[in-house]
Amino acid sequence: MNKKYYRWLILILALLVLTFGAGIISLLSGEMDIPWHTLPDILVQKEGIQYSIVTQIRWPRIVLAFSVGGALSLTGAILQGIYRNPLVEPYTLGISGGAALGIALVVVLGLHLSMGSYMLPLAGFIGSIVTIFLVYTLSFRRGGININRMLLIGVMISFVASSMMMFLMAITSSENLHGIVFWMMGSLDEPNALLIDIMLYASLAGLFISYLFARPLNALRLGEEKARHLGIHSTITLRILFVVASLLTGICVAVTGIIGFVGLIIPHIVRLVIGSDYRILLISSFLGGSFFLIVSDIIARTVIAPNELPIGVITGLAGGLIFIVVLTRANVQSKIS
Amino acid sequence: MAVYLNIQQLVCGYNLGFQLKGIDLKIEKGAFAGIIGPNGSGKSTLFKAISGDLNIQSGLIEMNNKKLSSFSLREKALKMAVVSQFNEVLDVTVEDYVLMGRMPYRRNFQFFETKEDLIIARKYMRLTNVYQYKDHLMTELSGGEQQLAAIARALTQEPELLLLDEPTAHLDISHQVQILNLIQHLNEEMGLTVLIIIHDLNMAGEYCNHLVMMNDGNIHQHGNPHEVLTYQNIETVYNTVVIVRENPVSGKPVVFPVSEKTFKKTTNTSS
Repeated sequence: MNKKYYRWLILILALLVLTFGAGIISLLSGEMDIPWHTLPDILVQKEGIQYSIVTQIRWPRIVLAFSVGGALSLTGAILQGIYRNPLVEPYTLGISGGAALGIALVVVLGLHLSMGSYMLPLAGFIGSIVTIFLVYTLSFRRGGININRMLLIGVMISFVASSMMMFLMAITSSENLHGIVFWMMGSLDEPNALLIDIMLYASLAGLFISYLFARPLNALRLGEEKARHLGIHSTITLRILFVVASLLTGICVAVTGIIGFVGLIIPHIVRLVIGSDYRILLISSFLGGSFFLIVSDIIARTVIAPNELPIGVITGLAGGLIFIVVLTRANVQSKIS
Repeated sequence: MAVYLNIQQLVCGYNLGFQLKGIDLKIEKGAFAGIIGPNGSGKSTLFKAISGDLNIQSGLIEMNNKKLSSFSLREKALKMAVVSQFNEVLDVTVEDYVLMGRMPYRRNFQFFETKEDLIIARKYMRLTNVYQYKDHLMTELSGGEQQLAAIARALTQEPELLLLDEPTAHLDISHQVQILNLIQHLNEEMGLTVLIIIHDLNMAGEYCNHLVMMNDGNIHQHGNPHEVLTYQNIETVYNTVVIVRENPVSGKPVVFPVSEKTFKKTTNTSS
């Protein structure tokens, strides 16, 4: 077997071990620390307060962190690939802005109080779907597409949405304001088991679908025209991947709010480690994002326990600092242009 | 010789801008054909019509007696490879870059390269002299080496027709000659049909056995270098005063520009 494939295998195994290890630590730590050697006993006995904490409070969070971290990082890798722009992240195209606007609208109108716990995620999801639809139809008009125009349209829609949201925030009560801001900061605290399941299956489905396009994504690194010369249907690939990545982002935002930075930095770091071959980049971005978000969640829950920091604070701080350190290491400077 | 590329009454171009005005052209199998002409004469438009990057408005292009539009993208990629003037500078190794040429050969859901893919890629890396850099990143190569790697990638497609858009632009003379020697070798030894856009008239005259001179969306003249590279043709199409002589070794036409100052001096002394 090729040496390259061994490196890939080692990386995947290492990421799996790291993610699994972070999951275990996350199970054990929190407001009530559980010594590691008691964990097997707790799981076998299936009773007691510790069992409830581990399986009903901490485990769902880990599953959610795994799915959301993976999904955001995966969509970041896909979008950076199809736009061939290193600054693109899942929220660049206004999906988060649209979702936030949907949420803000529902909160201001007071619908979330009257219509149950699904209302906020639903509003977020509808907001992002509307945004995706707008960006898609405006960008893919007349058959041809221009990647840069598409990006600009996304950014503009994002601005329009966030301005409208600020308008809503300006005219609403401070209580509603608090609700909107809290949602925007992002949180892995999700009591609804169904939403967690949806998130998990959606992220795994996204990973699977993206792998059907690993080869076209590799060709697209050369640009649309050259990919076409290699027999790749560039435009169809771009359309499908755009929709998949956007939907996945929409679901993430609807369930957990806006958790920044994961989708921007993790694909970059993975790319620096293993190169830009999408056959390895997709899975390792996914696992890298999962690992990163699980670890960030541990920090967010433990630093000021029993209180909890917003997860976005940790991802932004830790992610940004790590990324600056990685970037300024001399030997990677030539790789990023 | 059989006609490989048959173009009839081709009209093609940009909606409001430049248009080809009904081109008729036949390229024989095994030809080393060069497209020459001033900037904006339609070289690239013709090239893009053949490579499929521009839609044809009317007329016909046939490749190997089959309508070009009836090929699927993948079928086309198996017959035709394109090397552009500019290469994407990627952070992938030269070997991975060249291996991308095997993409049209992959089966659905095939995930890894086969041994055969690797053997073919390495064969063409050796031929193009980039094998020594196979584990280097593309970004670490010089412009000339990147162009050689791009040609290796195109050859790895094992095409019948190789399209090259000014592959020697911005390269020094040693890389220019190296690349054109290589293409000539492939053309003669492997029967590859070559269609190349080339600005350097002397290189075009030296290497190509068929030249197509374009002017203002039409073909001004085509034929062997001696027929096309005459001072009359060049002065008409390029609006430039030149002198054409023969290369003492190869016997091919060589074009010498004449500066305005020299031109005035000679016309003054002769009158």
